Amino acid sequence: MIPQLTIALAILFIPLVSFVILIFFGKRFAEKSGLIGTAFLGADLLLSVYLFFSKMFSEDKVWDFTFTWIDLHTVINSIPLKLDIGIMVDNLTAVMLVVVTLISFLVHLFSLEYMKGDVRYSRYYANLGIFTFSMLGIVVTNNYLLMYVFWELVGLSSYLLIGHWYEKKSAADAGKKAFIVNRVGDLGFFIGIMIVWVQFSTLTFSGIFSAIGGGNIPFGSTNWLTAAGLLIFCGAIGKSAQFPLHVWLPDAMEGPTPVSALIHAATMVAAGVYLVARTFPMLTADALLVIAYFGAVTAFIAATIAIVQNDIKKILAYSTVSQLGYMVMGLGVGAYTAGVMHLVTHAAFKAGLFLASGSVIHAMHHALHHQGDHHTDAQDIRFMGGLKSKMPITFWTILIFTLAISGVPFTSGFLSKDEILAGTLAFSHFNGHTIIPIIGFFVAGLTAFYMFRMLIVAFMGEHQNKERIAHIHESPRVMTVPLMVLAALSFFFFFSLNPLSASHGWFFEKMTYPTVAVPATVAATPTEEFVEEIHHQHNLAMILSVGIAGLGILLAFTTYFWKKISADAFEKALKPVHTFLYRKWYFDELYDATFVAATMGIAKILAWFDGAIVDGIVNGAGHVTKFIAVVSGKFDSIVVDGLVNFTAFTAGISGRLLRTVQTGKIQTYIIFAIAGMMALMMFYIG
Amino acid sequence: MNLYDIIFYFFAVVTVGSAMVVVFSKKIVYSAFALLFTFFGVAGIYVLLNADFLAITQLLVYVGGILVLILFGVMLTTNTVTIDIKSGTMNLIPATIVIALLAGMLGGIFWTSDWFMSKQFGDIVHTTTTTEIGNALITTHVLPFEIASVVLLVAVVGAAMMARRERNN
Amino acid sequence: MTITLTHFLMISAVLFSLGLFAVITRRNAIMVLMGIELILNSANINFLAFSRYSGMNIEGQMAAIFVIILAAAEAAIALAIVLNIYKRFNTVNVDEISILKD
Repeated sequence: MIPQLTIALAILFIPLVSFVILIFFGKRFAEKSGLIGTAFLGADLLLSVYLFFSKMFSEDKVWDFTFTWIDLHTVINSIPLKLDIGIMVDNLTAVMLVVVTLISFLVHLFSLEYMKGDVRYSRYYANLGIFTFSMLGIVVTNNYLLMYVFWELVGLSSYLLIGHWYEKKSAADAGKKAFIVNRVGDLGFFIGIMIVWVQFSTLTFSGIFSAIGGGNIPFGSTNWLTAAGLLIFCGAIGKSAQFPLHVWLPDAMEGPTPVSALIHAATMVAAGVYLVARTFPMLTADALLVIAYFGAVTAFIAATIAIVQNDIKKILAYSTVSQLGYMVMGLGVGAYTAGVMHLVTHAAFKAGLFLASGSVIHAMHHALHHQGDHHTDAQDIRFMGGLKSKMPITFWTILIFTLAISGVPFTSGFLSKDEILAGTLAFSHFNGHTIIPIIGFFVAGLTAFYMFRMLIVAFMGEHQNKERIAHIHESPRVMTVPLMVLAALSFFFFFSLNPLSASHGWFFEKMTYPTVAVPATVAATPTEEFVEEIHHQHNLAMILSVGIAGLGILLAFTTYFWKKISADAFEKALKPVHTFLYRKWYFDELYDATFVAATMGIAKILAWFDGAIVDGIVNGAGHVTKFIAVVSGKFDSIVVDGLVNFTAFTAGISGRLLRTVQTGKIQTYIIFAIAGMMALMMFYIG
Repeated sequence: MNLYDIIFYFFAVVTVGSAMVVVFSKKIVYSAFALLFTFFGVAGIYVLLNADFLAITQLLVYVGGILVLILFGVMLTTNTVTIDIKSGTMNLIPATIVIALLAGMLGGIFWTSDWFMSKQFGDIVHTTTTTEIGNALITTHVLPFEIASVVLLVAVVGAAMMARRERNN
Repeated sequence: MTITLTHFLMISAVLFSLGLFAVITRRNAIMVLMGIELILNSANINFLAFSRYSGMNIEGQMAAIFVIILAAAEAAIALAIVLNIYKRFNTVNVDEISILKD
């Protein structure tokens, strides 16, 4: 194993060490446990950065270490039972390692203040540790088996983090919901892995892709290849909150806000996108088309819902779902690098947005607490307003993040979003699915609109409550520093020196398209042609996206800042639409009415069956017996009594004799049992 | 008499002798410690029967686990260390008769039966069985293996549940 | 005289009888448990002996493994029951616990 991989292993296990220490000795460290966790993650971040640079300056394509974990040769049906596992670091892994450890470190740092005085402070840091560990595991592993293991670990640790305040019923429910909804997708993922395993007898990425490249197709049909790809994508649907399994993510906002930043910006939801990126070489054109549509539908639905929400975290949650849809759509249309880049840039500014919202909520809580007001919702943007002057650092950083997510030039978000949109245009050029670029541009406008709506309503204008605003203060340095770091990372120069195009920056140079393994007959457009077309479409995409984003921003300002358009009037005029969106397209109600109700219904039917039929049969049997008993009772009392009296006399005598045998002592019974058994043996054998 | 026979008789004597101590000793603690030697002797016999993995498992599980449990049981439940053999036993006479008969019968059956013997008995190479057992456990015997794991889990939960101190009273 | 299958079977017969004797005659529940362990061991010797002398068939060893597993589970549960009985009746003598009789 080469030394760099040893470092990768160290990066993987440091958060686990943090977890083990804090879960067992957390009580002893008490207030210090936060610092311990942060220190571990800081070391982890440094190692990741080192690994990142050594990978970037290295000529090797991939560092891989594989060993045989189990080898049983061929025991059943001549399928070789041999499991290879291992770790690998390629450019994608190196970038993801830095993203995960950086966001995790900043969240640790931010939580030092945000979670101060929490009842389960050390438990919180321990859970952050195991969550980071599981996520890093997904990133460094080189096979689907370990990935599935870490995948489930992420599910478990997200359950722990979302349900951190489990005294609150909504938080406990949200944790359960996240876990269960994810299981639905994981089932598909698992079946996909099984298909791959049965055909290729290996689960390492390189082994599978080289087998497919060598013309080995599951069961001799490319349809199975499409099915395997889509089933694996099911895992991504669950984890990355794609339609129709996106319902868990907004509920998961019940967790502490820094947790939302970690789970919903950089790690857990990114795992699904990462999975699609990893699986990319084995996806057929059909599978990619389906994936692109799933992404587009998700992006659209979530963006429409985000427009009407009032809870600051709910807005961010739906914008996350929408942006994840963007990434999946980007990968689906074949713009691999753009999708991955959007994952990275989005991780920075979305984590920043969540942390900034945490900062605002923290300040609001403080002020409300000071006033003794326990009814006002600290997360509702309508109760904020005018926070700009009171919280300048938070405001300026959140402005940068909002510009980035809206895709305004000179930000990182502009670069990646622009590439995705160019990719959708190229995609429609090749196969005529024009609806995808249309949705893409429309959602870009919606994003700009609802993000600026949030910014204007929460930070600009006047605050309604004079007393409350007096108590609002800027958050302490330990909370604002992570914001400033993330704000810096939201500028273009970290990704490309050209502010208007990323395609010549280091990211596109290093994150090259993987070699497509599927047979040419079912593969998507060849990479070279596709990249060429993206270059053609780039200027059009840039002009359109900037124009549409500008339009969205303008609309937000006219509506909420200059108040030229009355939002209330619109709301009244479009009441049914508003309600429809506000109730989130009735997804929760739909699932309650269908899946949950069906499950409960089956349970009720079974209960009824048990109560009516089974009990009925039993009772019927009882009645019949009773009837017979009555008849025979008559018979008894008249005819048999004479006999019985005689029998009773005999029985009394023998009973008195046999009573001594019934001692209630089990050992006496055993003696008789053995004696009886021996008699039988004598009878049969002897 | 070759070495194999000598070892066999040694372990046979250890096993049977210590089993007698287990059964007939007056002090329950002596019984528990004699049980240690019985288990050890049985493990030796396993080795002679070419079952190395089983022998080690026997030592680990019985000596390391069950015997410790039994000792804990003895210490937690016995007020006096000595038990009068008279008051500590029951059914002595009928039990002696029945057991004597049973032992005779078993011995007779074992002695007189014409057991199936493999032809190539002498050719068996004395190799470790661990690999074979491992293979069998995850291939042909995987269902009993999984069920056994469930049984153990249930046993652990059940034992913890029962032995737990009641909180309410 | 070389060692044959019968020799092993004899040891197992003796162990079985001794175990059964302990189960039948001893009052102390823990002694009864020890008797049961002896019986299980004798059964295991039989399994292994037959496995060995029928041409090294692995099945006998598998059965023995499951016996050991069940013995472990049985010991844990039985001792938990014994402790509960002791808490309730303040005795572990099985003949005094005969309330089912009444």
